[in-house]
Amino acid sequence: MSLLPNAAVLLGKELRTEFRSRELLTTTIVFILIVIVLFSFTFDPTSDESRRFAPGLLWLAFLFASSLMLQPCFLREQHNDTLSALRLSVRDPFAIFLAKLAANTLFLLLTELLLLPLFAVMYNVPVIPVLQWLVLVFFLASLGISIAGTALSAISAQARMRELLLPLLMLPLLTPILVASTEVTKSLFDRTPYVQWKGIGFLAVFDLVFLTALWLFGEYLLEE
Amino acid sequence: MWKRAVIGAVVLFLVGAAAYASFFIAPEEKTMHVLQRIFYFHAAAAWAGMTAFFVCFVANLVYVWRREERWDALGISSAEVGLAFITVVLITGPIWAKPAWGIYWTWDARLTSTFVLWLLYISYLLLRTLIEEPDRRALLSALFGIFAFIDVPIVFGAIRWWRTQHPAPVIMGGPGSGLDPTMNKVFFFSVLAMHALMVFLIAERYRLEKLRSDFEVVRREAEAI
Amino acid sequence: MTPPAFSPVGLRLENIDKRYGGLLALRGVSLVIAPGECVVFAGRNGSGKTTLLRIAARLVRPSRGTLSFSRESQAGEDHAIRPGFVAHATMVYDELTAEENLLLFARLQEVAQPERRVDTLLNEVGLSDRRGSLVRTFSRGMRQRVAIARALLHEPSVLLLDEPATGLDPQGVAWLAEEIRRLRDSGRTILMSLHGESEISSLGTRAIRLDSGSITADTRTGATFRSILTFADA
Repeated sequence: MSLLPNAAVLLGKELRTEFRSRELLTTTIVFILIVIVLFSFTFDPTSDESRRFAPGLLWLAFLFASSLMLQPCFLREQHNDTLSALRLSVRDPFAIFLAKLAANTLFLLLTELLLLPLFAVMYNVPVIPVLQWLVLVFFLASLGISIAGTALSAISAQARMRELLLPLLMLPLLTPILVASTEVTKSLFDRTPYVQWKGIGFLAVFDLVFLTALWLFGEYLLEE
Repeated sequence: MWKRAVIGAVVLFLVGAAAYASFFIAPEEKTMHVLQRIFYFHAAAAWAGMTAFFVCFVANLVYVWRREERWDALGISSAEVGLAFITVVLITGPIWAKPAWGIYWTWDARLTSTFVLWLLYISYLLLRTLIEEPDRRALLSALFGIFAFIDVPIVFGAIRWWRTQHPAPVIMGGPGSGLDPTMNKVFFFSVLAMHALMVFLIAERYRLEKLRSDFEVVRREAEAI
Repeated sequence: MTPPAFSPVGLRLENIDKRYGGLLALRGVSLVIAPGECVVFAGRNGSGKTTLLRIAARLVRPSRGTLSFSRESQAGEDHAIRPGFVAHATMVYDELTAEENLLLFARLQEVAQPERRVDTLLNEVGLSDRRGSLVRTFSRGMRQRVAIARALLHEPSVLLLDEPATGLDPQGVAWLAEEIRRLRDSGRTILMSLHGESEISSLGTRAIRLDSGSITADTRTGATFRSILTFADA
């Protein structure tokens, strides 16, 4: 079956393209930075307040950033009509989605991890003791955001006002991720930190459901 | 033409009867008295709205499979009607909440989820206005509609799991909370009336949509000449 | 270079309609193309040439009708046929080098010994010395060469060319004509849409005219080549 090899080759292309220019990564990191700083002006980051509000703000920032970061995903394939070239070359169009969502997950995860230390310092939250669990939540949430976002960006790329449309489509759809991720993160930042397995499981289920939906309907998203 | 008018009159009668029953037949509730009666309207509208969205979901699936225009017409019709009902739910909620709790809005699990639901289908409608080509519009909105509907139970689940832990006033007990059998009968009748209204509205909107798309075809052909 | 042995492929289009909104870009197009034919499609802008080629490439799904490919050597339909397609757009990535582009598509199509194949093609299209340059830096003519190399990577038995000479200078056109001649002579089935008479149109073994989505003339049914290409009424 050529699905995984195809996806791997395409993933290589996505990564190479991004790391050559680093446009997406830098703009996304700067954007999240700005949001985090701006948020800090809206309340007094005492220890208790931070523990309550910081997780939500963190995830809001990630969500907003991702709704911008995912716009070029299929838009850039319209330039020179490379999407047609991909459709002609791969056996299963799902490989295109697989590669893109893997790349997007990676990019999101990278920006989140890069910003975590700064966030921890600015909002006085203890990150080190629960680092591995934070990474797990980041990964599962970023995966969910990428799966839905990649699918929706294929839709918005074909509509007008696509810059505004993608956030409009993505944000309501991703409220479950916002809720679950915030809750899990909140319990990790608690005075006595604990892992909310309910939330972790929920995120995993979300990812699975939407990955399946994308697998079933992906080829129609690319139709002409 | 007359058939439609008669059906419309019957539906109107049903809704009127349900309203009458809500106000005059159902017994008064102990704690909230008259105010509680809006519940029959509010909850029934919610059910009808959800059913409409389910119809939309099915229409979307069939469209992707068969690519026949009428399924697209059914999709947009049921989405719009569903959205209208959900809007009613979101408005009657605060109308009840203000006198009952002194606040217009509460982050009650069901109301919050309903709000997200409303946003999802507003996005569905907005998406359609942003794609000009009819076949593309139909396909892409059908696909978004499918993703949106799959998300609905997940949204409700997430919010119920994590947002009801916070002490918050719950807007009206669930349908079963009024144990009085008369109340249940009135509620059931309200649900029936709302669904009848929903079906009628969808049918009318569908008719309108077919006319509109036929007109669009003629207009495009005229422009091409 | 000796062309690889392969079995020529024919196409059949039956009653193809393509609707965009209320308009029919193609209406009731039925066509049988024999293996090895080199067909030139002529017609005004908007006559449906591009749509027809994109349907043959399986990029566009027809609203009605069927498309099938068949190998000479075997009975029945062959679903595995993948035509090579050259369009208006280059269909390569500006931000990758010529070599990276070709390697990408070679690997995706699971071409045997991709590096060697890419090497061969780069030589063939005369871009060997620019293999490491980003396509963004290429002229229109060079991009077209990359596009053609991309289309040929998997050694397709069917080639679809949508106005391939657009933007090429006279040397470019001469080179392209030579390429097409070579491919035609090796037995490949070629469909190309052109704007008028040229070096390239003279390579055709058959010409078909499209007007407003329908076939209005075909050299197979008596029309002359010249009349089809110059849009004169036959």
